[in-house]
Amino acid sequence: MLHTLAVLVENHPGVLTRVAGLFARRAYNIDSLSVCQTDDPKLSRMTIVVNGDDQVIEQVRNQLNKLVIVHTVTDLTAESVVDRELALIRIQVSPETRSEVLQTVDIFRGRVVDMGRTNLTIELTGDIGKINAFIKAIRPYGLLELVRTGKIAIMRSET
Amino acid sequence: MSMNAGKKSLKGATLLLEALEKEGVDVIFGYPGGVLLPLYDALLDSSVRHILVRHEQGGVHAADGYARVTGKVGVCLATSGPGATNLVTGIANAYMDSIPLVVLTGQVVTSLLGTDSFQEADITGITTPITKHSYLVKDAREIPRIVKEAFYLAGTGRPGPVLIDLPKDVLAAEIEPFSTEMNLKGYHVPGKGDSDKIAEVAKALSECSKPVIYAGGGVITAGAGAVLKQLAEKASLPVVTTLMGIGCFPYGHPNLLGMVGLHGAVAANYAVDDCDLLIAVGVRFDDRVTSGLGHLFATRAKIIHIDIDLAEIAKVVRTHIPIVGDARLVLEELLEALAGFQLPQVAEWWDQLRSWKNYYPMRYDKDRLTAQLVIECIGELANEDTMVITDVGQHQMWAAQVYPVVKSRNFATSGGLGTMGFGLPAAMGAQIARPDDMAVLITGDGSFQMCIQELATIAHNKLPVKIVLLNNGVLGMVRQLQKYFSGERYNQIDLQGNPDFIKVAEAYGIRGIRVDSLEQVRSAISEAFEHPGPVLLEFAISPNDDVLPIVPPGKPITEMLGG
Repeated sequence: MLHTLAVLVENHPGVLTRVAGLFARRAYNIDSLSVCQTDDPKLSRMTIVVNGDDQVIEQVRNQLNKLVIVHTVTDLTAESVVDRELALIRIQVSPETRSEVLQTVDIFRGRVVDMGRTNLTIELTGDIGKINAFIKAIRPYGLLELVRTGKIAIMRSET
Repeated sequence: MSMNAGKKSLKGATLLLEALEKEGVDVIFGYPGGVLLPLYDALLDSSVRHILVRHEQGGVHAADGYARVTGKVGVCLATSGPGATNLVTGIANAYMDSIPLVVLTGQVVTSLLGTDSFQEADITGITTPITKHSYLVKDAREIPRIVKEAFYLAGTGRPGPVLIDLPKDVLAAEIEPFSTEMNLKGYHVPGKGDSDKIAEVAKALSECSKPVIYAGGGVITAGAGAVLKQLAEKASLPVVTTLMGIGCFPYGHPNLLGMVGLHGAVAANYAVDDCDLLIAVGVRFDDRVTSGLGHLFATRAKIIHIDIDLAEIAKVVRTHIPIVGDARLVLEELLEALAGFQLPQVAEWWDQLRSWKNYYPMRYDKDRLTAQLVIECIGELANEDTMVITDVGQHQMWAAQVYPVVKSRNFATSGGLGTMGFGLPAAMGAQIARPDDMAVLITGDGSFQMCIQELATIAHNKLPVKIVLLNNGVLGMVRQLQKYFSGERYNQIDLQGNPDFIKVAEAYGIRGIRVDSLEQVRSAISEAFEHPGPVLLEFAISPNDDVLPIVPPGKPITEMLGG
């Protein structure tokens, strides 16, 4: 099954290589990876979605923890979390389809961020299921380009 | 060194050497090059001894040998580009066997990094999978902190090689020393084990009837040999060791069943297969032990795994009681915890073990010149402080099977990586580390020629290494595999073109003794041991001798041929 790992790492060159290299070397499959500096500029937070059974995930966590540049590894899968993905999607439109597409965008609470004569660019955030559903809905109109960030996740507050 | 405004300003290279001195480094094995000019200049004014090797691979293996026989961090040095890439095999070798090294490499000036400049290689990138950690130093002020961290990382927890890549301009920079505080928030060294789990082990031990201790290199690293012996004696526990664990439990001790695994002792393999409680200490269930069949290994047993590396737990076999911690501290606590429990009833188990031991001893011909006979004779003439270093191949397995190692750190061999060519430079490093103890290299004609250039380093430094060359004229281990598993379709195993090794030794100014007959063995070894300098002792052995027993590939360890 898919597991979401929050990995706090040092923020300097070579760190991504070490993490990615570990996954490649030990044949673990990364489903998605997103990374950016945290509030503390010395640290970055990686959200890694990885596929595997419990034993594999345990190994992934232990191997990640062995890297000197990794501070903490948290498996957010079983936790109560908020997770989001951001997608930018360019869709082909014609005068006939434009309003239908805009309606669909509206239903999914997307935003138009750019507009051309024959296409629209939509910004959409949500969990992975929502983004997949939107893509399915607009594909018949003509999907020109798609960029997804991969999942990021945060634990829900306890109070 | 220049002075300005009363403040001490130092070259990066000097700062580096001062940091090494602070870590207690007495020797480095190195080879100079263009980008290392500032460092070799500073070395002239340093107390650190530099041994000029003849190939960088020799340097890293020598540092490895030094580390294995002392437990201290070994240090080697190579220039950028090819100098650095020549270290790769040796770094991988140390990584696989968890040997503490600090590997220093020169690098092109920072302004040329990434431009494919002359003798540039991305050595931190190349070695990422085979180092515990690595640094590319961009600011000379970071040198003291990085050196401190590198030694701490290399030598603590599960040891391993740490690489420091040093651009030429960083070594040449004139700077004022900066912070030496370590900054390793992501690194934690396990210490004592979980007391509840240790009590669980004590209880399991009191309830079992067929226990076995499976001890590996981690016991040696942790200095846990003495407490392991106390534990085994107190509860009458049989002990099997891995190749890396040889020496952690004294040869000849009645509780020792021998080495376990593909060329292990029959009694050891049978005991592991049949036991109902397996106490694994400082081991990683390597495929040379389990035959790559974790699910068929010790299937009747409750498995206890004591290791300092959490990532080793449940990597290969299911573990019933995992304990992460320092092997010595965990075993000490287990020994104390035993006081509250009854000791296991093992009389029947020992009857079984003794009958296996007696029925399946290590057998070989004693009426002709064989490798085992030579190795046993060395054991008889050496003392318990003699260091035995091996290369890789048949001779290595024979040495592991029959050489009487009684103390930790007196048997150095390339276990995980199986690196031919390791032996000669490792013996050189071992001899430098412990000048008062004899270093005996056991090698074969294949391995010996892979780092033979280090004979010059040995001769020049007058290192009295005793080189025992078991010459069968073939790549014996591969030949043996082709014999059993390729239907005797021999290919590329004949070492035609071998030189006259005695003449080679003599050309380097090293004494050579050739032995062709059984009668000469003992006197030749005595003569070599009494000679104050290095000696090459060459024994002509048969290419037809096999390492037995052997577990065929894919078979469980109870299915041994030639037991």
